[in-house]
Amino acid sequence: MDIPDGEKGFFTRTLRDFGMARSIIVCFLAFLLIQAFFLGLPMDQLLSSMLTRFGMNGILALAMIPTIQAGMGPNFALPLGIVCGLLGGTMAIEAGLRGWPSFLLALSLAVLLGGVAGWLYALLLNRIKGQEMTVGTYCGFSVVSLMCIFWTLAPYSEPEMIWAYGGTGLRNTISLAGWYEKILDNLWRVEVHGVVIPTGTLLCFLLACILMKAFLRSKTGIAMTAVGSNPRFAHAIGLRIDRYRTVASILSNALAAAGMLVYAQSFGFLQLYQAPLFMAFFAVASVLIGGASMNRITVANVLIGNFLFQSVLVVSMPVANLVFSDNMSEILRIVISNGIILYALTRKEARA
Amino acid sequence: MTGKTVLEMRGITKDYSGNRVLKNVSFAVEEGEIHSLIGENGAGKSTLMNILFGMPVIHESGGFKGEVILDGRAVSISTPKEAMNLGIGMVHQEFVLLPGFNVLENVKLNRESTKPNPISRIFWGFGKTGKKLETLDYPTMKRDVRAALSSLSTSIDEMTPVRDLPVGHMQFVEIARELDKSKVRLLVLDEPTAVLTESEAETLLAAMRGLAAKGIAILFISHRLGEVASVSEHVTVMRDGEVAGRLTRGELDAGSMAEMMVGRRLAASERPARREAAADVILKVENLSVRMPGENVSDVSLEVRRGEILGIAGLAGQGKLGIANGVMGLYPAQGSVRKDGRPVPLNDAASAMAARMALVSEDRRGLGLLLDQSVEDNVTVRAMQAQGGFLRSFMGFSFADSAAIRAHTKKMIEALDIRCTGPAQRVRRLSGGNQQKVCIAGALTLSPDLLFVSEPTRGIDIGARELVLELLRRLNFERGVTVVVTSSELAELRSTCDRIVVVYRGQVQGIVPWDVSNVELGLLMAGEKKKEAA
Ligand SMILES: Nc1ncnc2c1ncn2[C@@H]1O[C@H](COP(=O)(O)OP(=O)(O)OP(=O)(O)O)[C@@H](O)[C@H]1O
Ligand SMILES: [Mg+2]
Repeated sequence: MDIPDGEKGFFTRTLRDFGMARSIIVCFLAFLLIQAFFLGLPMDQLLSSMLTRFGMNGILALAMIPTIQAGMGPNFALPLGIVCGLLGGTMAIEAGLRGWPSFLLALSLAVLLGGVAGWLYALLLNRIKGQEMTVGTYCGFSVVSLMCIFWTLAPYSEPEMIWAYGGTGLRNTISLAGWYEKILDNLWRVEVHGVVIPTGTLLCFLLACILMKAFLRSKTGIAMTAVGSNPRFAHAIGLRIDRYRTVASILSNALAAAGMLVYAQSFGFLQLYQAPLFMAFFAVASVLIGGASMNRITVANVLIGNFLFQSVLVVSMPVANLVFSDNMSEILRIVISNGIILYALTRKEARA
Repeated sequence: MTGKTVLEMRGITKDYSGNRVLKNVSFAVEEGEIHSLIGENGAGKSTLMNILFGMPVIHESGGFKGEVILDGRAVSISTPKEAMNLGIGMVHQEFVLLPGFNVLENVKLNRESTKPNPISRIFWGFGKTGKKLETLDYPTMKRDVRAALSSLSTSIDEMTPVRDLPVGHMQFVEIARELDKSKVRLLVLDEPTAVLTESEAETLLAAMRGLAAKGIAILFISHRLGEVASVSEHVTVMRDGEVAGRLTRGELDAGSMAEMMVGRRLAASERPARREAAADVILKVENLSVRMPGENVSDVSLEVRRGEILGIAGLAGQGKLGIANGVMGLYPAQGSVRKDGRPVPLNDAASAMAARMALVSEDRRGLGLLLDQSVEDNVTVRAMQAQGGFLRSFMGFSFADSAAIRAHTKKMIEALDIRCTGPAQRVRRLSGGNQQKVCIAGALTLSPDLLFVSEPTRGIDIGARELVLELLRRLNFERGVTVVVTSSELAELRSTCDRIVVVYRGQVQGIVPWDVSNVELGLLMAGEKKKEAA
């Protein structure tokens, strides 16, 4: 490595600009796609699921931006926002609405609850500066467990949501068929050569990205970034640090809540109880693949990372199932996402 | 000096993402000599030293071309640890200290003296494990650290946390750490005197001469050409990443060095004529005390006249820096401050800025910059947040006005001669002196009518120094901005200020006109004499 970079080849330079990790993942994805093709897997279906998963997970990954920019690290307490999304989703069903009204009501309730949860969570975080990631992880886990109790006790009465044998307590998995299943996916849905494009979901994600980008260049967004990059500087220019951390927490959890509903409509089910437990890790892993670090992230990182992470999962699932035994996909998913988080945590923080 | 070459760097070439910052640089250092490297901000001095010391930033950005030859053998140094093992010590331009640890721990970290204890004896046969389990030998370490510090003639308490030290003292700790390494044969000091007052710098220079006499070669980087002339055996002058010339002892005078650095003749700076300041008072400070670690202020009362340039002088640690920081709400303060007759609440940076005051902090990396943000964000963020500048309203929300930001930043880059690839470059990638200019640009963007500048020319090359001082004078003369300059450099205060306040033990020791004799100023700073009125 004794060659000045100006004299290195195009390939080496591109590799460094794009990042080693990302380049490896891209190669891996290409390899998987080729394998899938030669194994005779239905490529149109694979491409469809790649697009769908890209859209449905997007906003959850986007929720990482505010907290990372505000210097609080990735929001490991994502399940907090996610259960708010689930609450909104179930309450809208309980209200008896169907279709768009149901989805929009769910979305508004979710964002509202997520915002409140984010605000409360910020009260906690502002006391433990520097340990947001650890505390966040535990917070996420605790909330999921607490909500397990709630789901069994809450007085919901809609027969399609409670256990088939009656009484109180919600089902593990609530089907959204007839309520708002695929409501965004099917909006302006297009099919090209068997590849299904879930236009509504994709547009919804892209819109969220554009709004986020705008937010980051707003007065508040810039202040938030300043607080995250150098709290002492922020204090010296008269910014109230806790205030911007609170804004970040509210935004992130509200986004998580909304993201959960976008996810659910596409998936077709609301999954309660333990399901949200690991969702934070997948979202964190995907933005890290996209090139984000623990203290710096852009919307482009989210777009790239979300696409790569989800695509690898989608394609590796059937390939692994053919090549190895069944049920590799979930294991792979956990191995890949935790591996990436580990990698990012050990990487040097302040890369110049 | 024996004339034996310790270090030779040959044909060093380095690119930072396509931008060539060192071009075929070669020089050699002899045993026991003090060899200075001088050059304008961004000339590549720190980069060259980072290469020598195996800093990660070099390898992460693609390495370098050329040879490093130590004692006649080509070596490849890829980590600071390897450099240390080869007997190279380095004090970086920016501090490398652990703020939460005390002085002793910072000096001794990873090289602790230990003594065996029962447990370590049990593991004695297990190689390093036994050593690792030994008890820290505090008395020995204390003695070592004291010795290192006293060879620098400072009396820093080795148990104080580094975070509570004034910047000047941190510098001593850094140097003490390097001195304490027993095998050091080559010591690199990157602008060690920038944060010191002249008298402290003298102490350090004396310590350097002592080390050189013991056979340690010293590579010295400084923008203070007087110092360079007084200590150096050889000087290598750099300009735009190339060696512009080499000078030896007899040829060292500030004028020719400056000319070689800049590549053109510099006009000798003369104190320009100044007009009388108005009689009315723009800022009245009464009984101000500030809790700023290492720079405490206790009970300062002071009046700043509208339109003047007021200097604040004092030795490091006496509290001269605390005044501006206290008034601007950066450190806990008590007392009363009135600007234009109206009280300014203390401990609140926002109201200080709302009162049209601004500060260029002495602690640029800590308080003055967002290192990972672009030049343009750094320049405009204060004005945007404190005054709502550079914003565009869209559907009730305020967004950054990118065009205005870009245009303004370009103007500032030109006005202050900031060497960068453009407004979008990250500040971390600028050289130290250019970072300082970005700080100044940020404060000026607030268009204050009272500007505090602390150590404005710290780490800035002579060409740019004149530029910055001239800028302050022009700001004062043309726009009527009142300026309060806190500085360790008396020459700078003399050439810029109308009156000089001397601070001693957190209090005003005296206020004197700019042309007071050096002796008198020295006595005041040393607390020997008290004088009111000016
Ligand atoms: N990490 C980096 N990435 C990209 N460019 C860099 C980096 N560090 C320094 N540079 C560039 O290299 C050039 C030389 O910088 P260097 O820090 O060596 O200057 P210097 O001579 O030490 O200046 P100063 O007197 O201001 O400290 C500058 O143009 C600077 O912008
Ligand atoms: Mg430098």
